[in-house]
Amino acid sequence: MIMVLDLFTIVAVSLGLVLFLAGVVGLLRLPDPLSRLHALTKADNLGLGLVILGLLAQVDWPFGALKLIALWVLVVVSGSVAGQLLASTQHDLLDTAPARVPDQSADRSQSQR
Amino acid sequence: MNAAIDLGLFADLVIAVSVAGLALWLVLTRERFRAVVGFMVYGLFVALAWMRLGAPDVALTEAAIGGGLVGLLLLGASARVPPEPAATTRRWPLHLTAALLSAVVAAGLAAAVLALPEPAPSLAGTVADALPATKVDNPVTAVLMAFRAVDTLFETVVLVLALIAFWSLVPDRAWRERPAWLPSPRPAPALVLLARLLPPLGVLVAVHLFWIGTSQPGGKFQAGALLAALWALTMIAGLTRPPAADRRLPRLLAVIGPAVFFAIGLAGIWLAGDFLAYPTGLEKPLILVIEAVLMISVAVALGLILAGLPPAAAALSTQDHQGGAGAPREPRS
Amino acid sequence: MIQATLYGLVGAVLVGFGLYGLIVGASALRKLIAFNVLGSGVFLTFGVIARRGAGAGFSGDPVPQALVITGLVVAFAATALAVGLMVRLAEVSGRGDVDDEGTAAAKPSAAPAAPDLPSSADRQVARPQP
Repeated sequence: MIMVLDLFTIVAVSLGLVLFLAGVVGLLRLPDPLSRLHALTKADNLGLGLVILGLLAQVDWPFGALKLIALWVLVVVSGSVAGQLLASTQHDLLDTAPARVPDQSADRSQSQR
Repeated sequence: MNAAIDLGLFADLVIAVSVAGLALWLVLTRERFRAVVGFMVYGLFVALAWMRLGAPDVALTEAAIGGGLVGLLLLGASARVPPEPAATTRRWPLHLTAALLSAVVAAGLAAAVLALPEPAPSLAGTVADALPATKVDNPVTAVLMAFRAVDTLFETVVLVLALIAFWSLVPDRAWRERPAWLPSPRPAPALVLLARLLPPLGVLVAVHLFWIGTSQPGGKFQAGALLAALWALTMIAGLTRPPAADRRLPRLLAVIGPAVFFAIGLAGIWLAGDFLAYPTGLEKPLILVIEAVLMISVAVALGLILAGLPPAAAALSTQDHQGGAGAPREPRS
Repeated sequence: MIQATLYGLVGAVLVGFGLYGLIVGASALRKLIAFNVLGSGVFLTFGVIARRGAGAGFSGDPVPQALVITGLVVAFAATALAVGLMVRLAEVSGRGDVDDEGTAAAKPSAAPAAPDLPSSADRQVARPQP
């Protein structure tokens, strides 16, 4: 029984680490801040979620588990707000850049359908 | 069992290399903003190192104060201080001498670490023997509040003195203005939402941290730092306004912690025979009362320091608006 | 134990890096960051001594740990005072560091020269106010 729990922890945490690795690769390799933010949110939400899921098998129910889940919810909430703020700053920076004409004509033809 | 020790050592190696590498990068990197953000990451890594060293109370304090609050201060400073001028000459002799000096100091310290006496002298046994008398189970809290209570008293006084010194930097004309470091001009709705959601939950967590500090890692410094950070969040989002330096309530709250601590210490002379001695039977209630009041004082003092200073330019404009040096100041709203 | 020695060496290295950064830092803010790195190295060495003193059921000697907690709060207070001084210097003189007058790029940003330094006019105004 203990072995199964340990195995579950190892598998879940390893999967979470894979997602974190994907997030770091995205941070280093993707071209602009908005796409990097997209990669990081995968690491933050699902990666941390898998790590916490794996750790749930190691703590005492119910309060330890509730604390871990509360931790994940807090990170998700504050991470999404931080992502929102970063993205809107980036969006403001992009707004001041000159408009790209081909995208505008594509949007107009879409809305006419 | 061996595998567990090897894995632990591997984790320690990774953390040690990360901390050292990050510190070197912090010192050498060119961009100031990167250094400030990197410093916050560095604080979290050092908190990890503290966990590995078996010091969870210190890890909590380092993550909250050393990483978070100092990082917030440095972020504000990096936005308000003009960028450093480009280095005109590469001062190679200075860099080389500094590197040599630092290497000598580091080598000396490393030699001292390698030559530490074996078996290690320790006060853990003495603390464990005296711990039941204090009725608290967390040894660090017992050391902070009972065995070395004078240190804690002086430290909270130092925090108040630092607040006074910080406020002494406010120019005379701006004494009644509100500090301007934290409020953002157009707070994003997401930030306002976070500042509405997080503080109630955060206050719960802070009270929990303070309450279990007597038996588990935690305590008033960590709880106070968390409360100060929540207050700073509400000030950034514009939900509360930072108090000016002449308001009485923040001053009272910042001072009440050391004052109550000192009063209980004085009362200990009559009731228990020595300064800061607790009468038998009243240890835990007194420690809890002192910790509660100190938590509020630490939170208020840290929050007031984070709130910053009033801007000098605004003070100049209100002075001109009132028609000169002799006009009476308008009453504060 | 090996773990304690490893972190002790890291503490020594951090002290070295912090000292180097403190001497050659490009501005007062960078020197302040290096000063904090130096401080964390010293605290880490304290933590190593605490770790080596583990015993009687504790994972570390609690007395050095309590001293480090005190030290962290005091270091925050010192950093806050340094930041206040830096920001006020920038507001009054437009410089980022006291040594910047030798280099050309810094120029006063907002206020004219020394608007907040006490002058005789201020002293005459200050008296009627309680």
